[in-house]
Amino acid sequence: MQVTLLYFARLRERFGMAEEQLSLPEGIQTVAGLIAHLAARGDVWAEELAGERVYRVALDQEMADFSAQLHHGAEVAVFPPVTGG
Amino acid sequence: METLPQATIPSARLHVAVQAEDFDLQTELRTLSAGDRGIGAITSFVGLVRDLNLADDVVALELEHYPGMTEKALIRIAEEAAVRWPLHGVSIIHRVGKLYPGDAIVLVLVASAHRHAAFEANAFIMDFLKTRAPFWKKEWTPEGPRWVDARETDYSAAARWHKVVSEQYGNDKHD
Repeated sequence: MQVTLLYFARLRERFGMAEEQLSLPEGIQTVAGLIAHLAARGDVWAEELAGERVYRVALDQEMADFSAQLHHGAEVAVFPPVTGG
Repeated sequence: METLPQATIPSARLHVAVQAEDFDLQTELRTLSAGDRGIGAITSFVGLVRDLNLADDVVALELEHYPGMTEKALIRIAEEAAVRWPLHGVSIIHRVGKLYPGDAIVLVLVASAHRHAAFEANAFIMDFLKTRAPFWKKEWTPEGPRWVDARETDYSAAARWHKVVSEQYGNDKHD
């Protein structure tokens, strides 16, 4: 399954990229699985996604929770809590 | 945000924009009210960039957003308000890019037949914009740039609406 990942604000800077295409290993079906896969990269990925830091996930441009099901071609964005207005 | 009962979205005029340029209040007021003589009240909220935040001097503010999702989120918030209050129109303009103290950053206009709906819906929209619309602020201070942290008070401000609307209109519906 192929997904597009987008990172914004502090996470974009910490990860050193705004976007990447990822082919997910068999068995990753949910947002939770994808986040665990990213956190397993270690270093800043583990610090931001598997530690105390708070972040949000959007699936296909809608706020999503960890149980949301991924699909081929999904657009998944990971970002800090929003601070507009 | 909970799923909208699609059939009850009224025909309010909804306009959202994300732009680097400044906006003109009078122009936006006229655009929203043009041709609709049923409007009795328009409330306007204009957010400005402050020069002081958390005791640091803010030299400039940089606004990042998520193109595509931002516009959808703003429309969704406007629709949500139009379901809960009898509105004639909503206009939301949010600026992005580099802004300076005193600059306008966000505009929310709400038009209704009566003032109470216009006041309440405007506050509702701002509270949800602050927790739902994908914008991020970076403050530039004399010590360098720093991402602004989300505030818990913004979340409690948005949460209070569920109670308010349920009590006033019963099960989120109004006549």
